[in-house]
Amino acid sequence: MRSFTYERAKTAADAAKTVAETQGAKFIAGGTNLLDLMKIEVETPTHLVDVQDLGFDAIEETPEGGLRIGALVSNTALSAHPAVRRDYAVLTRAIQAGASGQLRNKATTGGNLLQRTRCAYFYDTNMPCNKRKPGDGCAALGGFSRQLGVIGISDACIATYPGDMAVALRVLDAVVETVKPDGTARAIPIADFHRLWGDTPQTETVLEPGELITAVVLPEPLGGQHFYQKVRDRRSYAFALVSVAAVIQADGTGRVAFGGVAPKPWRVEAADALLQQGASAVVAEAFADARPTEQNKFKIPLAERALAGILADARG
Amino acid sequence: MEFNAPATENLFDRAKLVGKSTPRIDGPLKVSGAAPYAAERHDVVAGQAYGWIVGAAIAKGRIRSMELGDARRAPGVVAIVAATEHEPVGTSPYNHAPLFGGRDIAHYHQAIAVVVAETFEQARAAASLIRTQYDAADGVHDLARVKSAAKIGTGFSGESMKDTLGDFDGAFGGAAVKIDATYTTPDEAHAMMEPFATIAAWEGDKLTVWTSNQMINWGKRALASILGIEADNVRVDSPYVGGGFGGKLFIRADAVMAALGAKAAKRPVKIAMQRPLMFNNSTHRPATIQRVRLGAGSDGRITAIAHECWSANITGEDGEHGTLQTPKLYTGANRLTASYVSQIDLPEGNAMRAPGEAPGHMALEVAMDELAEQAGIDPVELRILNDAHGVVPGDPETKISDRHLARCLKEGAERFGWSERKAQPGQARNGRWLTGMGVAAGYRAGPTAKSAARVSLSADGKLKVETDMTDIGTGSYTIIAQTAAETMGLPLDSVTVELGDSNFPVSSGSGGQWGAASSTAGVYAACVNLRRMIGEKLGFDGDAADFQGGLATLDGQGWQITEAGALSADGEMTYGDFKSDYDVGTYAAHFAEVRVDAFTGEVHITRMLAVCDAGRILNPLSARSQVIGGMVMAAGATLMEDLHVDKRFGFFANHDLAGYEVPVHADIPHQECIFLDTLDPIVSPMKAKGVGELGICGPNAAVANAVYNATGVRVREYPITVDKYLDRLPALA
Repeated sequence: MRSFTYERAKTAADAAKTVAETQGAKFIAGGTNLLDLMKIEVETPTHLVDVQDLGFDAIEETPEGGLRIGALVSNTALSAHPAVRRDYAVLTRAIQAGASGQLRNKATTGGNLLQRTRCAYFYDTNMPCNKRKPGDGCAALGGFSRQLGVIGISDACIATYPGDMAVALRVLDAVVETVKPDGTARAIPIADFHRLWGDTPQTETVLEPGELITAVVLPEPLGGQHFYQKVRDRRSYAFALVSVAAVIQADGTGRVAFGGVAPKPWRVEAADALLQQGASAVVAEAFADARPTEQNKFKIPLAERALAGILADARG
Repeated sequence: MEFNAPATENLFDRAKLVGKSTPRIDGPLKVSGAAPYAAERHDVVAGQAYGWIVGAAIAKGRIRSMELGDARRAPGVVAIVAATEHEPVGTSPYNHAPLFGGRDIAHYHQAIAVVVAETFEQARAAASLIRTQYDAADGVHDLARVKSAAKIGTGFSGESMKDTLGDFDGAFGGAAVKIDATYTTPDEAHAMMEPFATIAAWEGDKLTVWTSNQMINWGKRALASILGIEADNVRVDSPYVGGGFGGKLFIRADAVMAALGAKAAKRPVKIAMQRPLMFNNSTHRPATIQRVRLGAGSDGRITAIAHECWSANITGEDGEHGTLQTPKLYTGANRLTASYVSQIDLPEGNAMRAPGEAPGHMALEVAMDELAEQAGIDPVELRILNDAHGVVPGDPETKISDRHLARCLKEGAERFGWSERKAQPGQARNGRWLTGMGVAAGYRAGPTAKSAARVSLSADGKLKVETDMTDIGTGSYTIIAQTAAETMGLPLDSVTVELGDSNFPVSSGSGGQWGAASSTAGVYAACVNLRRMIGEKLGFDGDAADFQGGLATLDGQGWQITEAGALSADGEMTYGDFKSDYDVGTYAAHFAEVRVDAFTGEVHITRMLAVCDAGRILNPLSARSQVIGGMVMAAGATLMEDLHVDKRFGFFANHDLAGYEVPVHADIPHQECIFLDTLDPIVSPMKAKGVGELGICGPNAAVANAVYNATGVRVREYPITVDKYLDRLPALA
């Protein structure tokens, strides 16, 4: 870990301004991912702006009938909230499928959106990694890629966004609210929040330097049956091989997003439209452009079988 | 004391403490955090600085240069010992890959420097400022590629690992029922909870290491040899060990680098190895490729049995001998067992819990399941039908000491509800779950080694036991206290036990499931000597007297043993040649029930049962913990554990506990463990054998067989993860 300076921000605007204007500065909230990465010098911030005093810790109903979730609401609190459990069960199930109880107590809603990939080569600073060091090359291509991405990836990087919560947020069409260093706010649909890697895998979201997440807004409830199936090598405390978030209506229509397969929660609206035709049609459409490796090509049939299980359960 | 003839009836056959379930005497210390592990021993020596090990960034080659200036100037840095400025350390019989090898790199994350600083954070930060340039060399990192160059391996005692009996080819060729299958097991990590950790301090020429180690005397001698100093000048102290599983049988880089760092810093140095270094810096269980051929008559009687195993190691010598159990388990007149080893450029392979047997069962006991199906015989019945009697099937000159495998299988089948199992696979379904049951037999040797102890009786009737035996979470403290209390006729709470210090008499240490039987026999020998001393002091025959409740009685006379005053006796148990006529083994029948998600292929174990035949069980409570711990590890080996070799760069890519997955609580169902009430008179006066490795010999195959029974899909490439068989699962309705 490199030496760094630290401050606790008083206002969101100040925090955003400081991070924007200070070379090498980063926000810290729960720190469940950032501190690990700092210890192994994958992250080497020179200055940390702690946002934990800024409030943003409430879950409130919106005039539109949805919920506004403060960026600092913990994973535990969010997943346990009665309205979330009742109206957005896919979100509760996704959060509780992730990490451990201790980590969920500490992890925040905003921070969880920003967790970084779990590619083994990203974590090993002896290995080339374009995400860690642009232009360095990618050791995962042709290497240990079983956990890595099959779609939306590039020749520069085949890492995945590893989280669960965002996969559910994608099915719910959540909106990420931010404040920029100039004090203006913006609302970013979750679909647009995470970037595909392209040639710049070091840039993982559309956030501008210093832009701070303040809340995540859920639209009004979708109804239907909510599912989150996470397939992994052990039953807890493991990242998904494939996860499937789905909301299925009584007529068999609905929405589906896949985790563990791409740089972002993977949802293709044209695939949603095929849900009544069954898992095979949906996955064929959603993964039409997949470019898996020999080690991770199983993820596509696995996604299909996991979705088939959900649809069978939905039929009862 | 020499154990030179089979045990006859003795005081342990009337035991009041030995053989009774006894909570760990060190338990309160451990659960309250008061038992200090190596890195927590802040009070043993003042002025401890912190060391951070730098690991090599390549798998093979040579260091061209190391830039140390920035690190030396970094805040808090006290000293740096770097490969470019230091001679390679020596070797020992216990370490094959160099622990600090100068400029030549033998494997990824081999130690190339230690940075010593005032704080842990300063040492870590400074270490990252060292800039190392390498000339990388090509290496071979793929077992399948080096397999053809394999040579016959050598066993633990230097023996050849190839044996034949009768005419295998002829018998197999003519067999009515045949199985010929190849199985693979991956490299596996010990992944113990406590990392390697050492505090090292020099006092002149004398070195003390407070460390975490299973084999104190090996460690003392190895450290002396590696550092080029006299063994008498080395003290090793390791009273508590947070898991070893064979990974801590040997001195590792933490101890060597702490000693070198302390010398350079001129003050004590503490190192706890960082988790990401553990997997490539240290040893692992090597991967295997195993071919098993079984030939049987249509009645299921085995006529031909061949088991061949290929593994590879950095030395090209000692490998993972998956064939070890095969000569012992089943009859069959025509046999071939061979374990071949190739040279490979990976970190050193070495002992991990039941080395050889653990992966060996994953092949042999699945082949038996395949044979049972083909012969149309129940898998439990097939094993009973081919059970061995009297002599070792693969070595008919050797007698079996005591064996009740068939009883394990029968009692287990009854207890587990085996009759509910559907012989036809893929037939049992409950909602989205396919369910199945599997069985496997288990064999693990029950060795003993000489072991010494000192027992001291104080004037107030308290007894202290000292031996360099270790408790690696196994329960040694408690069984040693039980043995001493039993032999001296004292209550358990009058006995204190001190372990793990090389100043104490040399014990067997902990490994190869020999520790329990051996160390308690050594304590018994010391207590027998103490009884004689008490008798001499008070004027009676200590061998003939009965010791109960602090009183020695003989021929109607009684003596308070405290009347003898404070006394101390050393003793050692050694073993006579008669034992070489026997194979002393431990046996088990393992059962598993699984459910498999018909959609995703995920496997959930729902029940596990082990029925164990291991002689007298000294403490059923801690023995059960040993067995169920082995079953957990077996579940991991079967379903998830896999060090993924990057065959281009030559290292284990998933080198942390997020990437190397071991079972979590949610993976482990109800586990049951039953001990048969057996006695083995060949093993020791205690008639007791260890169980620390029996628990990982067989449950792996039982789970694999249950997955087959549930799905009808046979996966012969471990671990059984969904990617290996998704395409063969029954089609979705």
